[in-house]
Amino acid sequence: MALPEANDFFGWVAYILNEYGSMLLSGAWKTMVIAVISTAIGCVIGFAVGIVQTIPTNRQENPVHWAVVGFFKALLNAYVEIFRGTPMMVQAAFIYYGAAMLFDIHMGTWTAALFIVSINTGAYMAETVRGGILSIDPGQTEGAMAIGMNHMQIMTNVILPQALRNIMPQIGNNLIINIKDTCVLSIISVVELFYNVKSIVGATYAFFPAYSIAMVIYFILTFTCSRILRVIEDRMAGPDSYDLAMNDTLMGEGMTKYRPRPVETNADYRARQEQPETSEGGM
Amino acid sequence: MSETIIEVRHLQKTFGNHTVLRDMDFTVREGDVTSIIGASGSGKSTLLRCINLLERPSAGEILFHGKPISAKGNDACAYRAKVGMVFQSFNLFNNMTVLENCMVGPIKVLGKKPEEARATAMRFLEKVGMAPYVNARPRQLSGGMKQRVAIARALAMEPEVLLFDEPTSALDPQMVGEVLSVMRQLAEEGLTMIVVTHEMAFARDVSSHVVFMADGVICEEGTSEEVFGNPQNPRTQEFLSRFTNR
Repeated sequence: MALPEANDFFGWVAYILNEYGSMLLSGAWKTMVIAVISTAIGCVIGFAVGIVQTIPTNRQENPVHWAVVGFFKALLNAYVEIFRGTPMMVQAAFIYYGAAMLFDIHMGTWTAALFIVSINTGAYMAETVRGGILSIDPGQTEGAMAIGMNHMQIMTNVILPQALRNIMPQIGNNLIINIKDTCVLSIISVVELFYNVKSIVGATYAFFPAYSIAMVIYFILTFTCSRILRVIEDRMAGPDSYDLAMNDTLMGEGMTKYRPRPVETNADYRARQEQPETSEGGM
Repeated sequence: MSETIIEVRHLQKTFGNHTVLRDMDFTVREGDVTSIIGASGSGKSTLLRCINLLERPSAGEILFHGKPISAKGNDACAYRAKVGMVFQSFNLFNNMTVLENCMVGPIKVLGKKPEEARATAMRFLEKVGMAPYVNARPRQLSGGMKQRVAIARALAMEPEVLLFDEPTSALDPQMVGEVLSVMRQLAEEGLTMIVVTHEMAFARDVSSHVVFMADGVICEEGTSEEVFGNPQNPRTQEFLSRFTNR
């Protein structure tokens, strides 16, 4: 394909898509893979940290338990504060080059990318999960305690499923932030979307057309994800109706669908009240 | 004489500088229906929560079949599985259906098989009249229905004692009636119950033993006839006058 004129925006867009389309697609794919996997791992980390942070301890009753759990809580607190409190771009360079220099660990860029985004998301999710757990009515915990469940059983069966639903919007937020923030990984040469766009710019000097394409691709990725997450959220809310098990001889056995009766508007009610009169008048 | 299940001895509970229970002593025998009555703030609910270890007693002890429950190394979870509790605010698990609410305890805590747990749960849901609603979620039920499910959930653990913490205080009069009739039926079947309640008619007619509390101590206790028919303590007389003079 011949090079377009210097100020022919659409020409350049077409040129870049034609020449570098596969590069953009593979970059977008890698961005998504890093974002999705890291958000998932981050959630697991966040839930684990959140569970530990909410273990109840009592110094008088069981000092050993209190000390051990307290130590791990402090450790996890440090993790959360450090990774929330420093830029991911600096963390990426710090961990990637630090591991190589201090410990002679030469991570692949791919491993490094997943590792860094995961623990970063984990730090944010830990606080989100803690908030989600605290948002659940203490009565739920007491109800579960009263039937003899231990902390782990209460968490996995009662609290976390409810907390998960409450923090779904925040998980979605994290996924979208991760899709965008993977671009900082270009500092350790992770070949994702932004890295590829930069390469294209380097080859063509078509700054505006290339970054315009990047804008559009990033937006398509985040918008699609936010819509999908909204659908998942609605599914988790469950249906408003439920099956009523019938044992009534008149109604027959089995299940019937119970639906809340639709509320009649005042206008409909008046119309219904007036109708018999008009039909009588017609007779 | 039937076997003693729970003995409360010199129980005290303080929150900071505030003493809620001063010196509680009472005994619950198998098959007893003990009603705890008294003004709000007299420590009734705290006493019940101490019995179920939702609150740690500050001093004194609670014996379950003669063994102290708050001793070190004693498994609070295993104890709670044998002592059920029904709350004022129902506390049904919002993420589960009615049936799942009644099955999760037997499966997770008692290690029952799902089919077995389902059969037990259905038996108790039928008893409280909630069998048609197995697939409903708590938010879809009325208060009285929720409380009946909560009772079925507690019963599904097949506890030795069932504690009721003001089970009807959050309900309208009609729902109060449906919950009390379930509780009355359970009492008649011989379930050991400790009931904190403001329903004086229920306390008078159903309980075998009545405890009147004021300011963290037991003012008066005795059979239903003794406490309601011929109260000795002036505070009991005053408290009950509002009920008996109606």
